[in-house]
Amino acid sequence: MNIKLIQNIAISLLLARWRQTLVAAIGVTFSITMFITLLSFMSGLNDLLDGLILNRTPHVRLYKEIKASDQQPIDVHSKNTNQYNFIRSIKPKSERLEIQNSAAIIKNLKTDPRVLGIAPKVTAQVFYNVGVIEITGVINGIDPEAENKLFFFNDYVTEGNFMDLKNIPNSIILGKGAAEKMLAQIGDVVQITSSKGERISLKVVGFFQSGLQDLDNVQSYASISTTQKLLGESNNYITDLQVKLNDILMAPDVAKEYQRIYEIQAIDIQTANSQFETGSSVRSLISYAVGITLLIVAGFGIYNILNMMIYEKMDSIAILKAIGFSGKDVNRIFILIALSIGIFGGILGLLGGFGLSAIIDQIPFNTSSLPTVKTYPINYNPRYYLIGTIFAIITTYLAGYFPSRKASKIDPVIIIRGK
Amino acid sequence: MSQIILEAQGISKSFHDPVTIPVLKDISFTLMKGEFASIIGKSGCGKSTLLYILSTMDTDYEGNLIIDEVSMQGKNEGELAVVRNEKIGFVFQFHYLLNEFSVLENVMLPGQKLGKYSPKEIKERAYQKLKILGIENEALKKPNQLSGGQKQRVAIARALINDPLIIMGDEPTGNLDKKNSEIVFDIFKELADVYGQSLLIVTHDNEFASRTERIIEMQDGAILRM
Repeated sequence: MNIKLIQNIAISLLLARWRQTLVAAIGVTFSITMFITLLSFMSGLNDLLDGLILNRTPHVRLYKEIKASDQQPIDVHSKNTNQYNFIRSIKPKSERLEIQNSAAIIKNLKTDPRVLGIAPKVTAQVFYNVGVIEITGVINGIDPEAENKLFFFNDYVTEGNFMDLKNIPNSIILGKGAAEKMLAQIGDVVQITSSKGERISLKVVGFFQSGLQDLDNVQSYASISTTQKLLGESNNYITDLQVKLNDILMAPDVAKEYQRIYEIQAIDIQTANSQFETGSSVRSLISYAVGITLLIVAGFGIYNILNMMIYEKMDSIAILKAIGFSGKDVNRIFILIALSIGIFGGILGLLGGFGLSAIIDQIPFNTSSLPTVKTYPINYNPRYYLIGTIFAIITTYLAGYFPSRKASKIDPVIIIRGK
Repeated sequence: MSQIILEAQGISKSFHDPVTIPVLKDISFTLMKGEFASIIGKSGCGKSTLLYILSTMDTDYEGNLIIDEVSMQGKNEGELAVVRNEKIGFVFQFHYLLNEFSVLENVMLPGQKLGKYSPKEIKERAYQKLKILGIENEALKKPNQLSGGQKQRVAIARALINDPLIIMGDEPTGNLDKKNSEIVFDIFKELADVYGQSLLIVTHDNEFASRTERIIEMQDGAILRM
């Protein structure tokens, strides 16, 4: 009915005490800023820690495991008899680590809609030759493009270009620790001896640093064909298939399925990194707890400020009611006031939260275990901004609603006589 | 001119904190259109309490109140607000103007709430009322820039804006010096004589009361004479 009059009154009341209005709005701004900044920061750190594992680990890894057969010949032979066999000291038979029929499996996996991508790998046990000394190591033969696409290989190559593995024949990217031991520089040629005693010269095209010291001391990367050559194997020799799925949560089921279909070992990320799962869920629990606490604290802050503001205007309420404004009108006026403060302060809070996040994002954060991270991580998830906005509006609405409802219900004379 | 505009039927009220004390005991009287009446009595005799009940600002009482032939019994808070807006103009002891608004806006507010006239008409009417009270030159000032007497006149203008059935005053001159009291009384008198306005004024100023047409005297929550 007289929305415009109510608007005018609300605006006049707001502007007449603009300093108080500003303080209330700043209260809202501060709360929302802190909420957004802290959650962005915490979730950025969480993502960083999660990424340490998630980025580098395949969701499902297919490999051949050398172990004794589950079905021994004697068991097969005596299947339908009443005898029970005790067999001791079983040894696995001489078997290759190669995944049989790998080309067909890869082709098949690529048609699976759940699969994001596949990176084949050849693992070779080697010795790095440093003068007369031999250091044990592992060379992973990889497809640099697939490895980078799925596991962000480039992030861990601290020097050199990872694509050189493909472009330069007989090249190697050395683990940082291994390189230091070998005193190798980029462009140098290092001698590698395979476990079968074959010796090969590889050119260093880059250094690799994962952040895990033990890993960097032994691990190096070469192209698949170079590694196959080193092992003296044919070009369909593949020891691992690393599969990345669209949905990480499907990994255990998919792993079981592949194990059955391809008669091969398959391990999912959840099983391989169960300690990571625990850590990750505890961390997200902590961030939720902090987020909710922040919201509650901010909510009470906003509520208090607005409450005070409305109680200060009690006699205005009494006057308005005495001259013929109904409780509903008074309620509307003060909800409008509260909401304006909430929306104005909330928008500033969103900007403030974004600004503060951006500043934290610029603070240097150098740690040897995380070569790719140069500044503190921030997660600019729009969800936090949305929650912040909705929250600011709801709390200010309630903070306006309750006291003004109380004020609108009592007879004006109670307020007037109380003076 | 013999139309009843306000009728109190057996109005009683008690305060219950900490013990029950009766403040008003079975008050009944009627007020005719155009009457200029005053309620007098010692401090604490319940005259202000009665006035707040009559103005519908206090709903915690027993008995029946009839304003303009409509019973106020069972009306909800919103409906009472409409009655106050349309039919009653109230002048407090303290001016009770909103300092956030200019004098003109203060006077216009009840008119805007009523919504009977266009904004332009309301403004004209507000100026006209301020003119009657001789303060049209202060229209654009804020209330806190005015003197006490001027503020009270603004409050009267505000009470007049919707051409109410009755103007009620709770010691409207109680806070003013002799000269300003005189001015306010003259205004009331003029409103009653020239415009036929009904007025019901609570006062403890016997001299003020003696100059009104009708005196209702109260003592200990009951009417002594009327």
